[in-house]
Amino acid sequence: MKRKLLELAHARSGDKGDTANIGLIANSPKDYPILVKQVTAARVARHFKGMIRGPVERFELPNLHALNFLLHGALDGGGTISLKTDAQGKVFSTALLRMEIEVRR
Amino acid sequence: MRVAGGQGFWGDWLEAPYRQVTGGPVDYLMMDYLAEVTMSILQKQKSRDPARGYATDFVSQMERILPTVVERGIKITANAGGVNPRACAMAVADVARRLGLGGKLTIGIVSGDDLLGRLDGLIARGHNLENLDTGRPLRDVRDRVLSANAYLGAAPVVEALQRGAQVVITGRVTDTGLTLGPLMHAFGWPADAWDRIAAGTVAGHIIECGAQASGGNCLSDWKTIPDLANVGYPIVEARADGTFDLVKHPHTGGRIDIAGVTEQLVYEMGDPRAYITPDGVADFTSIQLAQVRKDRVRVSGVRGKPATDQLKVSIAYFYGYKAIGTLVYAWPDALEKAQAADRILRQRLANLGLEFEAIHTEFLGASATHGPLALKDIDTSTIPEVQLRVGVRSPNKDAVDRFTREIAPLILNGPPSVTGFAGGRPKPEEIVAYWPALIDKRMVEPSVELVEA
Repeated sequence: MKRKLLELAHARSGDKGDTANIGLIANSPKDYPILVKQVTAARVARHFKGMIRGPVERFELPNLHALNFLLHGALDGGGTISLKTDAQGKVFSTALLRMEIEVRR
Repeated sequence: MRVAGGQGFWGDWLEAPYRQVTGGPVDYLMMDYLAEVTMSILQKQKSRDPARGYATDFVSQMERILPTVVERGIKITANAGGVNPRACAMAVADVARRLGLGGKLTIGIVSGDDLLGRLDGLIARGHNLENLDTGRPLRDVRDRVLSANAYLGAAPVVEALQRGAQVVITGRVTDTGLTLGPLMHAFGWPADAWDRIAAGTVAGHIIECGAQASGGNCLSDWKTIPDLANVGYPIVEARADGTFDLVKHPHTGGRIDIAGVTEQLVYEMGDPRAYITPDGVADFTSIQLAQVRKDRVRVSGVRGKPATDQLKVSIAYFYGYKAIGTLVYAWPDALEKAQAADRILRQRLANLGLEFEAIHTEFLGASATHGPLALKDIDTSTIPEVQLRVGVRSPNKDAVDRFTREIAPLILNGPPSVTGFAGGRPKPEEIVAYWPALIDKRMVEPSVELVEA
């Protein structure tokens, strides 16, 4: 069955210039492999299509049951240049949690 | 050995430092004041008045906490010095004397980070200070540079503490260095004890954003986080072996748990295997967390690698102008009205022949932060109101100024059911942009000076 990522994970995001980062953390360690398998860099890039101009990188932190994503070209120049409300990417993380993933029941 | 986080940025909760030094035992209080653009604002202040250019809020804070700090022997590290740490130290010394603490306080001043006056010499000697994001050499914007500061590490903080400073006031020292410095000093960690340097860096990263590590801005189970009105800021309780616990004072609100600490660990994270500071490189994939008991998380296992031979340089330069205008449209068809107003506005800007580097439209209440992802999940016909928010950016101030006069007319000559213009015409703002670069470490000589109050 399909579930929103929000039900399996929490997240926090921040910025580095024009790049937003999203740290995605499994609520329960047993769900971390689901995140690794389904929340790929390619899938995240598709999810944010039209919202980011650059590529998506993914890093794994199995010790924290977390994935870190770098979304390049996400912030309209970033920092003070950006005209966005979320110029520092603070809530990009919650937009990722809208993603639907497949969970076995 | 307890290091308390007191301020996560210039503008953080004024009550936090006082609560940290009075709410229970602490050995050090660290306070982070410097964001990337702060330095350029301070540099501008200093150019108008040579006695300014530091975080003035810090001096008010010291007035409030110095009596406790001196009585209990608590030491303070703060990068409140901005571009004028010496003037900041003098202001704190004045406060100390006024409080009757003359002769009882030694203040350490860390400087040497300010490269503004040396830029032409550095460029002439082949240091191009290429922008880390775009690769362009700094000479492309040299005539618009407003500030340039190298990020110093923990070493000069350690030196100031070793020479007897109780309060260490720095310029652009890294946020993490303000926590690592006290740990290196207290435990006698050598500068090449890479695992412990990394552990102290991780400790610094966790507490440098204040309550973001103790329940603030925490998404995990956020509704159950107790008493944020009375939130306790985080404290690192460190051991000589490099392991440490995160705690907060008793009888404070907030929460210290693995989920919240993990959120802070991944905040502003790049490659987790290489968190680079002037002091060393920390591997965040080595960090082990354990909930020891309520509101106590143990951090262990941190591994590090040797420092690189470069320092990051934070340069601020004048970029251009921007302005942002807003209007609110109400149900029925709130989103469609706002969208229509945006189309009309853009048509008028084009008809006027105005050119912008960017025009950016958002619909707050519908799609501003989540874009099309949000619109897929909601029934837009029921939205009670939408704020139209249009921003423009240009090197040409006149174009931005003309834009600001095109918002209000829409109230009478655009789509209906519009309100929310109480703030008046938007003001064009100067954009001071950030230019990150690297420089050979040997080009930067930190300096430490002591003054007595």
